[in-house]
Amino acid sequence: MTRALRTAPPTRRAGTLPASRPVGLRLRWLVAGVAAVLVALVAGVSLGPVSLPPGSVAAELLNLIPGVRLDSGLTEREIAIVTELRLPRAVLGLLVGGLLALAGGCYQGVFRNPLADPYLLGVAAGAGLAVTAVITLGVGAGGALSGLPLTIPLAAFVGAVGAVLMTYLLGASGGRSRSPATLILAGVAVSAFLSAGQTYLLQRNADSIQQVYSWLLGRLATAGWQDVRLVLPYFLLTAVVVLLHRRELDVLSVGDDEAASLGLHPQRSRYLLIAAASLGTAAAVSASGLIGFVGIIVPHTVRLLAGSSYRVILPLSLLFGGAFLALTDVVARTVAAPAEIPIGVVTALLGGPFFVLVLRTSRRVLS
Amino acid sequence: MSGPAVAVRDLHVSLDGVPILAGVDLTVAPGEWVTVIGPNGAGKSTLLRAVGGLLATPGAVSLFGTPSEALRRRDRARVVATVAQSPVVPPGMTVLDYVLLGRTPYIPPLGRESAADLAAAHDVLDRLDLTGFHDRELATLSGGERQRVFLARALAQGATLLLLDEPTSALDIGHQQEVLELVDQLRRAHGLTVLATMHDLSVAGEYADRMVLLADGRVVASGTPREVLTEQLLAEHYRASVRVVDGEHGPLVVPVRPEPRTVRAE
Repeated sequence: MTRALRTAPPTRRAGTLPASRPVGLRLRWLVAGVAAVLVALVAGVSLGPVSLPPGSVAAELLNLIPGVRLDSGLTEREIAIVTELRLPRAVLGLLVGGLLALAGGCYQGVFRNPLADPYLLGVAAGAGLAVTAVITLGVGAGGALSGLPLTIPLAAFVGAVGAVLMTYLLGASGGRSRSPATLILAGVAVSAFLSAGQTYLLQRNADSIQQVYSWLLGRLATAGWQDVRLVLPYFLLTAVVVLLHRRELDVLSVGDDEAASLGLHPQRSRYLLIAAASLGTAAAVSASGLIGFVGIIVPHTVRLLAGSSYRVILPLSLLFGGAFLALTDVVARTVAAPAEIPIGVVTALLGGPFFVLVLRTSRRVLS
Repeated sequence: MSGPAVAVRDLHVSLDGVPILAGVDLTVAPGEWVTVIGPNGAGKSTLLRAVGGLLATPGAVSLFGTPSEALRRRDRARVVATVAQSPVVPPGMTVLDYVLLGRTPYIPPLGRESAADLAAAHDVLDRLDLTGFHDRELATLSGGERQRVFLARALAQGATLLLLDEPTSALDIGHQQEVLELVDQLRRAHGLTVLATMHDLSVAGEYADRMVLLADGRVVASGTPREVLTEQLLAEHYRASVRVVDGEHGPLVVPVRPEPRTVRAE
């Protein structure tokens, strides 16, 4: 164009110009994600104390689609196992795992912090305290309260949402100095405060420790369609809000000032995304207790394997997070059958080494 | 839109009760290059932030005749583009994706880039000689290459007013000249207006049409580089000992060591 432009240093790799495309979810990754979900679904329904042939299970799953009638060769009792016991459990695993991974990826983007997980703002501690209170006080009152089927999910949900609100109010009271870091620190303070309350309650009611811990470590055990119906609306709400903002999260990665000078309202987007992700996490926690690890490891694995844009991370976290948790649940209930290992233990035992493997073999960097 | 590209009238900014800018006036005509200089803490960056709309400044800032606060954020982003002093480099992001972020004000909320946005990004990358860099990760580029990519993102915004906060502070003198020549050519070719802050006074004087010397939140001198870069003004406001030499494209400011205070051994 002009003289000085030509004197600029020659570009490297000049001459080899593949048609470069902007970032986006590549079809093969989307296909892989959907395939993982389907595999997890069939495995989740086939495997268990009564093993069913995967082919028959797949046929029976297709029969759930209106208008499809295939002969799966399963007995009526086996069909009931599929549709009433294992399928809701597998579906709940997909929903909860997808929600936790999506919320984790969203938090990591919103706070520009690779260590962020869905429990960052106090969801776990809030739910933990509320559930502990219900179990211990309910046991004290003759078990009447904790016997009701929805009491614990409801308490977990209220506790989780309440803790995030506390964190928000505390973080927003910082005035001019408030920043994403203020909110994270407020989350740490709220978590510590609520955990202290929970520890106190447990100390005073040692007889209910086992019940509380079995909830704390997470479980998909008693899942019926009822749990799926409870989680589904939040799942849809969170997934829609977060996925619609996936490009905004990429813009936010250049910092608040620059995002604002590009025409965004960083603070507004941030609070909307936090609200959606927290609501989804609260719903997941209320259905299945505290399942750690999924929310932090799945988004990072996706980041390492498929790309660092939130337009890639978020949809794939939703799919692979769901598949990962549903498969983990299969392991949790078959390895020591008829006993079940808490699923939170299995996610960490399987996910940890897998993540290290990905970390060592990937050419990408995390941050 | 008509009127001066930037009109700042009696701008006061305080942060946490500390006054940073105390009654600043500034006018930048369309197509002009104005460079703000001043010692550390004089309020240069704050002035740029206010002009860029990042600070609430009711009534004090107008852009092309429109009060800044009357512009919606997206509309303002189509008029003003900022290159920050040290922009964040998002890990893993490629050059093309980074430049495409500049198209954000044209992409509907919750939408995605159109073919036109992609074409605009490619056009800017070609113009800045970054054609071979599309798929490179931003983090792997050298300082000079990165600065060109930052500039490319700002140009992709399609704004006619460019705010540059210390655009060359991270570069060696060769790359400083390269980047500033590039900005000047783009300015002439596309009728851009440039408002910059700079630390290197000689370089600042060579490229600016006018300069504004800021000290303690006030404009203490403004005019052509020859009028602002004087030994007396620099001694007074920078507390620096300098010689000003006449150069081909403007005065050259050379720091000279102050007369050593003699310490007599007892």
